[in-house]
Amino acid sequence: MASLGPVTAQDMHFSQPLPLKSGASLQGYTLRYETYGELNADKSNAVLVCHALNASHHVAGVDEHGKTGWWDNLVGPGKPLDTTRFFVIGVNNPGSCFGSTGPMHLNPRSEPTADEAGRVYGADFPVVTVEDWVDAQLRLVQRLGITQLAAVLGGSLGGMQALAWTLRHPQMLRHCVAVATAPNLSAQNIAFNEVARRAIVTDPDFHGGHFYEHRVVPKRGLRVARMIGHITYLAEDAMDSKFGREMKADVLSYSTQAIEFQIESYLRHQGDKFSEYFDANTYLLITRALDYFDPAREHGGNLSRAFEAACGKQFLLVSFTTDWRFAPARSRELVKALLDNRIAVSYAEIDAPHGHDAFLLADPRYHAVMRSYFERIASES
Amino acid sequence: MSSSQDIELMAKLVPMGSRVLDLGCGNGEMLAYLRDHRSCSGYGIELADANVHACVQRGIDVIQLNLEEGLALFDDQSFDVVLQLDTLQNLRNTENMLRETARVGRIGVVSFPNFAHWPNRLHVLRGRMPITRALPYQWYDTPNIRVGTYSDFEVLAGRLELGVSDSFGLQAGRVVRHWPNLLASMAVFKFERGGVTP
Repeated sequence: MASLGPVTAQDMHFSQPLPLKSGASLQGYTLRYETYGELNADKSNAVLVCHALNASHHVAGVDEHGKTGWWDNLVGPGKPLDTTRFFVIGVNNPGSCFGSTGPMHLNPRSEPTADEAGRVYGADFPVVTVEDWVDAQLRLVQRLGITQLAAVLGGSLGGMQALAWTLRHPQMLRHCVAVATAPNLSAQNIAFNEVARRAIVTDPDFHGGHFYEHRVVPKRGLRVARMIGHITYLAEDAMDSKFGREMKADVLSYSTQAIEFQIESYLRHQGDKFSEYFDANTYLLITRALDYFDPAREHGGNLSRAFEAACGKQFLLVSFTTDWRFAPARSRELVKALLDNRIAVSYAEIDAPHGHDAFLLADPRYHAVMRSYFERIASES
Repeated sequence: MSSSQDIELMAKLVPMGSRVLDLGCGNGEMLAYLRDHRSCSGYGIELADANVHACVQRGIDVIQLNLEEGLALFDDQSFDVVLQLDTLQNLRNTENMLRETARVGRIGVVSFPNFAHWPNRLHVLRGRMPITRALPYQWYDTPNIRVGTYSDFEVLAGRLELGVSDSFGLQAGRVVRHWPNLLASMAVFKFERGGVTP
């Protein structure tokens, strides 16, 4: 199957402030996005793809840095989400660090000084929620002239956004495709997020979130945060079969600091790579958005009542048996809430070995279901 | 697998416009038929990946679930009709599934291969387990872990107070109402709330 080839990101600026769930607002912000395929004449074939923790608007194709999009195996000509039939939009969420307005950008509310136009947001970037992201995405979609999306698609945190669309702007979409997601985070999930956040904020280079002006990056914290994340994205069996107890060298070095095991080497490598490109404040913001997502909360903890708003929408939910971060049982809670409201839903529980990461991989059973579901959407568009 | 005639005959047990839950819905053939010919809506439950995919392909809403885990996802009386076609013989917890079928649906329809069909009896008389169109497996690799007869089910339905409102056999695409236990390879039972307990 062909890839999209070179793709170019675009920026859209919004001068009207975005009201946030917290009561604060985001002043004059920019969203970076990519689109693939052609919007059809009646503008009925648009699919929005929402990104998870460390991803971006760059969903598919190859960008100017030669980087392939994070869901390129799913999105492209002839792929399950076929860009010859759909107009696909990838957007970077505000607060992120891939081009949309984020903590590393100038805070318009800050005072200009003699040598600087003002201060960058840093820790002062407002706390954004999944719902706030969806509201920002809505403005982009409307500005693109789309009155109703054929579908909103996302995995993990992206899946939460896809769900939030059906609750917040149900008239704006027909289908929700939510993969490896959950109606909220469990205590264990929040605990992992908290460890990651503490690793970042206790890094001496964090400077209360205003490290930019010190011209340093809290890389140590970011590394540890990423290492923890990586452990939770993999299934124990998959980690065992990939690394086992494999050693770096034939002889033990009897060192507590040196890398002895391959798994250590892998995690350190992932941590190093991540700390080179990811923003510490973004990590804090995004993990917080994950923690806060809980649509049932406003309905006395009743998820079925929360999903009353989604009546008439159609859903595809997918989970993976070895995903212990967003376990199948969490997707089944969503299925139940949809069934209680007599909402059309299909649910596939894919027996893949890769843990949470499976949603980014190309398991043939998973992709077959995705392909058939999108074909069904295409036949209606 | 049910033939297209069997599907038509069993579909007649489903009132027009019903909300249907099909337990072990296979490739979604029955639900597609009910949708297209009897204006029904609903969901299938399937465990096999290939069948789940086949359902999505034909636009049937399907939920991938192991029926042995029960129907906790579904509220009492949340469906007009619950189908359990050619599925019962593959389930360990037969009794529980029948109770669950009656709990979730106003009407239940169950079909399964009738072990007492006369060719099966001949096989057993000759000292061998039957291999027929309805029971096409060798004894050592059959997925049918519950083999029962039309008459056996009448007894069980009575004990579970299922309220059978109709029952017949199916043989070669025809309804068999005389001596179904002897003359039909498939048994079909319809039960409903307030129906007669045999």
